[in-house]
Order: sequence, then C-alpha cells, then structure tokens
Amino acid sequence: MTGPAIEFRRVVKRYGSATAVGGIDLTIAKGELVTFLGPSGCGKTTSLRLIAGLELPSEGQVLIAGRDVSRDPASARNVGMVFQSYALFPHMSVLDNVAYGPVIRGQKRAEAQAKAREILDLVGLGGLHDRLPAELSGGQQQRVAVARAIVQQPDVILFDEPLSNVDAKLRRKVREEIRALQRRFGLTAVYVTHDQEEALAVSDRIVVMDKGRIAQIGTPADLYERPANPFIANFIGDANLISGQVAGGIFTAPGLSLPLAGPDGAATLSVRPERIALVPGGDGRVAGSSYLGSRREYEVETAAGEMLVSRPITEPAFGIGDAVSLNYDPAALIRVA
Amino acid sequence: MIAAFESRGGLAWPGLLLVALFALPWFKGGASVAMVEGLDGKVWLFPLVGIAAALAALALTARDWRAHPLAAALVGTGLVWLLLQGFGIGLRGPTLPGFGVLFPSAVEGQRGFGLGAWVAGIALIGALAEVLAARGFCRGERFAAFAVVGIVAALSLFVFFPILKLVSAAFIARDGTVSLVPFLTRITAPDLWSTGCLTGGRRCGVVINSMVLGVLAGVLATALGLALALLVARTDFRMKRLLRVLSILPIITPPFVVGVAIIVLFGRTGLITAEVAQAFGIRPTRWVYGLPGILMAQVLAFTPVAFLVILSALEAINPTLEEASTTLGARPVTTFRTVTWPLLRPALAAAFLLTFIESLADFGNPIVLGGSYDVLSTKIFFAVVGAQYDLGQAAALSVVLLSLTVAAFFLQQRWVGRASYVTVTGKSDAGLTAPVPPVVKWAAVAAVVPFVLFTFGVYLIVLIGGFVTDIGRMDLSPTARHLWTAFSFEITERGLQLFGSAWNSMITTLWVSALSAPLTMGIGILTAWLIARQDFAGKRAFEFGTLLSFAIPGTVVGVSYIAAFNVPPVDITGTLWILVICFVFRNMPVGMRAGIAALAQIDRSMEEASQTMGAGGGRVLRDVVLPLIKPAIFTALVYAFVTAMTAVSAVIFLVSARHNMATAYIMGRVENGEYALAIAYSTVLMLVMIACVALMNWAVGRRKLGRRSSMAAE
Repeated sequence: MTGPAIEFRRVVKRYGSATAVGGIDLTIAKGELVTFLGPSGCGKTTSLRLIAGLELPSEGQVLIAGRDVSRDPASARNVGMVFQSYALFPHMSVLDNVAYGPVIRGQKRAEAQAKAREILDLVGLGGLHDRLPAELSGGQQQRVAVARAIVQQPDVILFDEPLSNVDAKLRRKVREEIRALQRRFGLTAVYVTHDQEEALAVSDRIVVMDKGRIAQIGTPADLYERPANPFIANFIGDANLISGQVAGGIFTAPGLSLPLAGPDGAATLSVRPERIALVPGGDGRVAGSSYLGSRREYEVETAAGEMLVSRPITEPAFGIGDAVSLNYDPAALIRVA
Repeated sequence: MIAAFESRGGLAWPGLLLVALFALPWFKGGASVAMVEGLDGKVWLFPLVGIAAALAALALTARDWRAHPLAAALVGTGLVWLLLQGFGIGLRGPTLPGFGVLFPSAVEGQRGFGLGAWVAGIALIGALAEVLAARGFCRGERFAAFAVVGIVAALSLFVFFPILKLVSAAFIARDGTVSLVPFLTRITAPDLWSTGCLTGGRRCGVVINSMVLGVLAGVLATALGLALALLVARTDFRMKRLLRVLSILPIITPPFVVGVAIIVLFGRTGLITAEVAQAFGIRPTRWVYGLPGILMAQVLAFTPVAFLVILSALEAINPTLEEASTTLGARPVTTFRTVTWPLLRPALAAAFLLTFIESLADFGNPIVLGGSYDVLSTKIFFAVVGAQYDLGQAAALSVVLLSLTVAAFFLQQRWVGRASYVTVTGKSDAGLTAPVPPVVKWAAVAAVVPFVLFTFGVYLIVLIGGFVTDIGRMDLSPTARHLWTAFSFEITERGLQLFGSAWNSMITTLWVSALSAPLTMGIGILTAWLIARQDFAGKRAFEFGTLLSFAIPGTVVGVSYIAAFNVPPVDITGTLWILVICFVFRNMPVGMRAGIAALAQIDRSMEEASQTMGAGGGRVLRDVVLPLIKPAIFTALVYAFVTAMTAVSAVIFLVSARHNMATAYIMGRVENGEYALAIAYSTVLMLVMIACVALMNWAVGRRKLGRRSSMAAE
C-alpha cells in the first residue's frame, strides 16, 4: 500500500461551544511513530480519539489507509489502542484479554487464542496466560495492553500516555520496548504525551499542539534546534527568550549586541541554557544556583533580563552574588519572532 | 439477541416492517393484516403499506439505505402517520376533525393497535435509530442509538403521554367542553385548600391535610433515621445488626398489614387501647383513625429510607476532617457540632424531602387508617373508584399532588447537587471516624428504643395474627383456618386443584413480578449506561425525563393509565400487560440509579478498549459492562421483584377481575374487616420476599469503604 497511513483534512471537533480541535491538517506516513505533544487541554488526546473513532469529527475528514472513516464508529475501524490505565478487562484472563479482539472480529476461539499466545510470547509474557490482570505487576499489565493492541495487526496503533502509570525508573525501559516492537512490526503509531523528554526520545516526528491547533511539526531535532515560535521554544526544553531589534545584521537588546542575519525590525531570540558560557567578572550577577548532579543551573540577572544558564558539573562553580559575563554561541541563536 | 442485532442490523428493520404490515393481524382482537383491513375500508392504512414497500425497495437497491436522504423522510413520515391515524380515528369514528373529511369511511372507527401495529411501531423506531446513527448520532453506534430512541419512545408512551392525557382531563367539564373554567373551579375548591382545622373545629382541605402529614412524617422519619444512622455508624451500640434488619423490614412489608396491626393495637377495641382504658378508666375512642394512625404507620415505613440516606452520607465523611478538628483541640461535642453536623445537613434535607414525597404518594396507610382524614391520594382514588366516577376531579387532584412531589423532588435534587460535600475521593482517606459524643448518643438511644419497641409490637401482631383464631379479641388459640381459606387446595385424580380464594391473585402477582423484574432491570441498567456512557444530542432532556418519573406518585400513575389506556389506539386496560408495563416504568429509575452508581466506579476506557477491538455497543455492554456491574444488576432485579409484589397505589386502579393482584386482594379483605385473612396472606407474601432479600444480602453484601472501625480498635 502506498500513500499516507493517516490523514486529517481540516478536522474540527467541538463540544457544545468549546472547540477542542480547531481545524487540523496532517498526514502520517506508514511505519512512522508520530507523537502528539502539548500542554493539557491542547487537543492532543481528542485528536488521538478522533483516529480511534471514540470521537467523530464535527467538521473535516479523517482517513485511515486512504479510506474516509469520519462517520465510522470505533468498532468499524482497524485500530489498536493502549490506554493510560491499560483498560484490561479485570474479569478475563491475560489470554482472553489478548484473544478478545480476534474473537470479536469473527475468528474461532482456538485460532484467536493461538494468535494471542504468539503475541504474548513476543512481549515476554509466555507463562502468564491464565493470570487475571490484577495478579500482574504494572509493567506486565502494560505489556498485556500492548499485546492486545497489536494482535490484530491494526492499521495504526494508538498510545494514550502509556507511561504515566509506570514507575519513573521503568519508563525508559518500557519506552524502548514499545519503540522496538513498533519498528519490528513496521507499525504506524500515534503516541500522546505531555512529557517532552519522552516525546523527544521516542518519536520519528512530533506534532506540538496548542489550543486545538498545530503549533509545529518536525523531527525531535527540528523542534529543539529550530523552534518556529516562542511557544515551541519554551515548551520543548528550556529556553531564554530575548526581545530586541535587528538592524543591519546586528541584534541589539539592553546590554547586548550580537550578529544576526535576517530582515530588520523587532525580533525575539531563543537561546538554550546549555549554549551560554559563563566567564567570571562582568555586569551579570548570579541570583540563584541549583545542583542537578550532572549539571549546574544558574539564574543570572543581566540588563536583558534574567537568563537561565546550564553548565556541566566539570566546570568551576559560581556562588550566589558572583559577577559574571555571558558568552552566547552565535550558532545557537534562533530567531523565533 | 444483541448479536443478531449487530450482524443483520440495517436490513432487519425494513424487513420487520413488511412482516408487521403483511403477516400480522393489525388490530387488537382482529385477524386481518393491514393490507386486508385497508381494502376493507380502512384506507388510511395504505400510506403505511406504501412507506413499508418504498423503504424495503430502498434498502434492497441503495448501497446504504440508512444514509440515503429519502430514508429519513420515509421513516419519519411513517412514524408520524402511524400515530396520527391511531389517535385520529377512535373506536367510534374520527377524533381529529380532518380525518372525517379525508376518509369518509372513518366514521366506522377502528379498534386499538394489535400485534401488527405494535411491531410496525417497533420497526419504525428501529429504522429511525439506524437513520440517526448513520448521521453520527451516538457517535455512530447503532445499538446505542436504538437504545436511546427506543427508551425515549417507551417513556413518552408509558410515562409522559398518560400524564399529559390526565392533565388534559382536568380541563374537560362534565358535559365534555374544554376550557380553563372547570380546571380552575376544581383546583381552587374549598375541600382542597380549607384551613378550617387550624383555626376552628372544622375540617381541613385535602391539600392541607396531605402537607401537614407529609411535613410531620418527614421530620419524624428524618430524626429517627439520623438517630439510627448515628448509632449504627458511630457507636458501639450492641444492636447494630438488629437495626439493619429492622430497616429492611418495611421494604418487604405489604401495605395495609402495618395499618391493620396498628388497628389491632390501638383501634377502639385494640389491645393497648383496652389496657389503657381499663387502667385509667377512660372511654376507648377511635382516636387512632386519622392523622395519628397514618403518621405512626408512615414513620414506621419511611424511617428506613431516611436512615439509608443519612447512613451513606455519614459513611462518606472523610475521617481526616474530624481528625483535623480533634488535633486542633476540639472536644467531641465541638467536633460534632462544627464538622460532622454541617457535613450531614444536605443529607438530612434530602432525607426529609424524600420521606415527604413518599408520604404524599402513600396510599395504603391512609386508606386503612385515614378515617375521615382525607389526603390527596385517597381522594383521587375515591374520585375514580367511588360512587361517582369523576375523572376530571381525579385529574385536578393529581395535578396538585404531582406539582407538590415534583417540586419537592427538584428541591431535593438541587440541594444535593449544590451542597453535597463529597468527601470520598480516589485518594486514600484512611483514618478513624470520630465516635459521637455521649450526649448525642444517649439522645439517639432514647429516640430509637420506642421506635424499636413499636416496630416489634407491630411485627409481632403480623407474625402471629394470621395463625391465631382472632388476634383482635386476643383469642390466641392457634389455627390454620385463615391460611386455609386463602390457600386451600386438593390433589384429586384430575391433578392439583386450587380452591383457596387467594390463589388467583397470588399467581397473577408472581407472574407480573417475574415478568416485570427482568424488564425493569434491563431498561433501568440500559438507561444508566446511556446516561453514564453515551453522548448524544438531547441527552440532558433524556436525563431530565427519566429523573422526572421518580417523582410521580403511584396513585397519579394509576389514574393516568386509566385515562390514557382504556381507549384505542393503546387500549390495554384489563390486561396483564398494563400491570407489567406499569411496574417496569415505575421501578425502572431504581435500577437506573444502581446502574449509574456502579458505572461511576468503572473506568470507561475498558469499554473504549473493547470498541477499538471491534465490539459494537451491544457487545461492549455484554462483554465488559454487564460482568462488571453484576451486583447492581442483582439489586435492581430483586428490588423490582419485591416492589412489584408489594406495590398498591398504582395497581389498585389497574387490576381487573381476571388479573387481580395480591395487594388489591388484601385491601379488599381489610375493607371487609377480615384482618386475620389479610395478615395470613401478607405473611405468605413476606416469606416469598424474605427469600429474595436474603439472596440479595448474600450476593451483594454490605457496602464497605475499607476503613478500620474505630469501635473495633478500642
């Protein structure tokens, strides 16, 4: 099959007078893992549910595998979904949970169970077929949920904040397992999270959403290194936003003058905290410092405003009240407005 | 059935419509199909035949008939026409003016809906749901759409239509003219509103009587309920289990039997009356007939309602709030006054309003104990059943009664909605509840002890009254005579012969209960699922409608069914079905409540998971929802069964010689003064029900919030 796996065409979802999704266009390629990222209430979960068919769009079309499914209920689509709470059926064994989908779709019970066994072996739960969900650990439950979602070879697998109920220590491991499974089966996946670190680590592309609209789409590196606007710069990682003027290739702000190509006029720069070096002496003053193990973070008061600076622990430390000057890496200056 | 619905789905409804019109007898009591009836002069049936044919043709030719614009028009027109012709042409000709002109042959009239017409209605409703689902109603879920449309149709036909019909009857004068005058005359009559009893010696109007009774019963029952709840939840009082059992008793007690026991105790020749009269040399009177008697019986019956409402509020109070108060240095009395009591206030208000509604709706106790103290429910009964049949008068009284209960109901909803302090959260709220201060405890004991003694006295009479020669005259020699009168039988060569006078009503009662209980539960749980889980246009109105049926007193339901269902097109008066339908729609809200409460505990993403794996609405319900809310289903089932066996207020209007119910039969015995027989029959009824409740208790168990008991910790 060629063509996109999923396509949104001017999709709008309203609840009464509130607009949850305000006109989204998006294509997701086959085999891609795309993450919807954004603050709560940005419309990311609604967008995911629009793909699942758990919500139907108020306007526009949703296409899965080239077919318009805008009016199809969830049961008529071929999607797999991993829920935040896992949503395992507590009254069914692990095997019955995973075999449920194939049985519903008309397979014989024995066939469905054989298929379920196969998938359970793959996710490493071979010996737990007869357990009830309540008898499994959180991580095991999560794997059952994933197995249940992929057993029917869905057109797309949807993850709704799948790590939020996993212990912080285990998150990285589970995340990598999910990514490995997705790559191995060549699944198209859509992943929802509000955790930007998780999004950066797991995604082929990230769709950052804000107030029901797409703020920016790009690879993790695109978003981090070339944020399109101040919202993205702030939302993905930390950023120092500096407002000033550009004239003749020079950006000027109070106490600051940096080379910057581009049209003249008002401008906002984004500078990542780790791309600023600190040198003793100068008109900046260290107002606060936090020890983070591998790095130290400083809040530095300057004429252009307070700057967040992050330095490796291997560099000499500054104390609160120390006078410092800031060296900006010219390659790390991004004009975001 | 659900599976069949899902698989064949779309084509089934046009097919069923064809069957209804071409294969089933159209009219009640008739034998001919609609087509033949049409050729026989009932030409107004032809449009339906045409619509059915067109719909079938569309279903067979169009790729998806449900999305076809013509389908909506056909189905809509079909439904409207089915109703219009049904209501427009009555037994004796046209009832809507246009029909006489349009169809001259309509003067011959037509009978009520038969099997064909009913099936046609169901098929059209099903088709309407399909058409709506294809347009995104209920997120396109066909089963949910069918459930919504079906339940709305059923509620409209069996709850709102009768009420509207009844209300309209209040505007119709005896000579048949319709205007505001008869309504205003009836509703302002002095025998409704007179306040004579408050100012002078004369009698009060029925409205005043009902309100006085309602307020007194509400206050007393709430106070006793509070005392009981405090003792059970917050003290080491020894009789806790006993109190719990005591609180279940009134639910399974048939009406009248408490009234009879009170007469036996306090009547003019009553046991206690006689003792007191002898001891103090007073002349025995009929003092118990009227307000005192009704009030006694009602407080006995409604205290458990108040108790359960207050107990659940008391158990839901987060103990950390009381602990916080204690750590801030408050003494127990202060904690109780400043923390516990304010948190309980909404529950007390709710308990009062609920018992007020119950008191107004009560029919069994006033009819037995009222004497000359008329209340609305009995007055309505006598307006319809008494010497002069006066539906207009009954209707006007019903409007007043309905306004009062609905007003109280909404007040209660608002109160609970706005001021409920929900302190049960998902978070752990471990902690010890504070025991009540001694002052409060002893006040509660003082209130509860007489109540318990009184209850014992009453139930002692009930227990032995049916099995002794004459309980009224203290002739306590045991006998099975009364039981035998009611339930005698013989086994002859022709098999089992039932002679007893009560068998007929007992068998009908069991049938009606057994038929209505699963239907009641099914519709109640389905409605709960729709409200808790589905989104559809008009959901708020749907919720409002189902809630409203909570507040309609049984007496009003009974009269409204008489007004609505003794003429075509829906003439079902005198059948077993009218009894079943009446119970289903009266008791359905209880199943609904239980269902909503159970569903609130269940993460809806489990249902969504089932959907994404390909399960349609019906399958989700069967595979995921129903297994998880089994206790609620069971509660609803047993409640529906028990209520159908003990209800009297609505059925008293609906029973017929052929289909008599136990409660109606008992009422007849009470009216004849055959108290022992009435009591014996009631005991048998109770034994059947106790078996059910025991089953319920065993299956469901007591609500637990997982807190340690402070009493156990001491």
